[in-house]
Amino acid sequence: MSIKRKACLVGAYEHPTRKAEDKSVAQLHAEVAKGALEDAGLARQDVDGYFCAGDAPGLGPLSMVDYLGLRVRHMDSTETGGSSYLIHVAHAAQAIALGKCNVALVTLAGRPRSEGSSGTQPRSWGANLPDAPFEAPYGLVVANSYAMVAKRHMHEFGTTSEQLAWVKVAASHHAQHNPHALLREVVTVKEVVDSPMIADPLHRLDCCVVTDGGGAVIVARPEIARSLKRPVVNLLGAGESPKGQAGGQLTLTTSGAAWSGKAAFEEAGVKPGDIRYASIYDSFTITVLVQIEDLGFCAKGEGGKFVADGNLIAGSGRLPFNTDGGGLCNNHPANRGGMTKVIEAVRQLRGEAHPGVQVKDCGLALAQGTGGQLGTRHGSATLIMERA
Amino acid sequence: MTTAERKIPAPAVNPEVKPYFDAAAGGKLLVKFCTACGQYHHYPRAICPHCFSERTEWREAKGTGTVYTCSVLKRGVPVPYCIAYVTLEEGVSMLTNIVDCDPEAVHIGQKVKVVFKPTDGGPPVPMFTPA
Repeated sequence: MSIKRKACLVGAYEHPTRKAEDKSVAQLHAEVAKGALEDAGLARQDVDGYFCAGDAPGLGPLSMVDYLGLRVRHMDSTETGGSSYLIHVAHAAQAIALGKCNVALVTLAGRPRSEGSSGTQPRSWGANLPDAPFEAPYGLVVANSYAMVAKRHMHEFGTTSEQLAWVKVAASHHAQHNPHALLREVVTVKEVVDSPMIADPLHRLDCCVVTDGGGAVIVARPEIARSLKRPVVNLLGAGESPKGQAGGQLTLTTSGAAWSGKAAFEEAGVKPGDIRYASIYDSFTITVLVQIEDLGFCAKGEGGKFVADGNLIAGSGRLPFNTDGGGLCNNHPANRGGMTKVIEAVRQLRGEAHPGVQVKDCGLALAQGTGGQLGTRHGSATLIMERA
Repeated sequence: MTTAERKIPAPAVNPEVKPYFDAAAGGKLLVKFCTACGQYHHYPRAICPHCFSERTEWREAKGTGTVYTCSVLKRGVPVPYCIAYVTLEEGVSMLTNIVDCDPEAVHIGQKVKVVFKPTDGGPPVPMFTPA
């Protein structure tokens, strides 16, 4: 059984805030839920499935369904970090295909900017995390975890800081058109490599922003999608894959996208060359480069050459990516970039991206998420969508 | 830079891995070996992640290895430090720090040997220094 064309993305909403000192996390979840429902043209009582991940306060759906006043018959709190929301879309499609729900709401929200979160500080996952005794003493943080992947990629394939910088440059070219983007200034390769070193070889401008806010999407049965007044976006294929340290047999330069991407392309029946627009998870520049290789947009090790010279810039590059400015420039709410990846792909397929970055005849799009840490263990998720 | 300037968080020791840290207190680096499939693994588990057998045992590692990858964290910390994965002679890679040297000079492929460093209120942990 496949989810191909069994469910549609009917609503998408990105919270405009980037700093929400005066709001609660639950409130932000409610605001994005309301925004996505309004975007779809649906009412709260139409929702009969709810999906959330670790950013939701309290006991996941139990707390949030009650807070939002929903009445649902299906719920899912799959937690794979920032990639959770792509998996939620896929699981919602599965549930819809099986008749478990008709209209699924997925929400994400958080306030890491207001709460002082930083990628150079350790995050605690509790004493029972089996790997904790073997990581915490060594000062593993988000930034140096990804940096170790970048260093190894450079060693194996000759990738350069300048090539990585092109990822940020492309994102900044897109962000200049987004009035809500946290960083709207176009930057150059030199400005990226001259920015302060955070965890070598990653500079400050190789890192994503830390923002408050959130987003929501609504997945619905195709008959419902066709009854609404919005362009219909079909889900064609999905894949999900965890990847870790394999008992100490490290292959850090390959991500779970090698498997989740393959599964999604097979289910969709399309090839990387068919994709007109790609949302690629961009916690760091290296994250983008590795996923582009693993998704098959270029051969392993060729990512540096692929992203260089503006090839990710809409209008001129061969693979327009993250046309909202991505996590690198626009928004990375709750330190989780997966939701905004889905939202911008929906905008592109509807033809509702900013005219400065809208991909012409955008009929097929991909969204790719990587949650957790590329340098230790992560969850990869891939979605392929079409405009009906 | 020396590690003395940096407070090393104590590992959250649990019963499954207590022998590893008890050995570290005695200056020994242990690795888990599975007698069913003949493979080492790290971090250590009671049940082998390769073949799912319970026939795992602690073996003393030679204590030498090669830097697989590394990075010096320079911002948001009182003292820059070098985090690394070191591939042990036994074939498994472990997360660690490279210490007692110029962190900027650490590089992939460098030969290193184990040293043990005290933690903040816990057992010492294995780190590595240029061989």
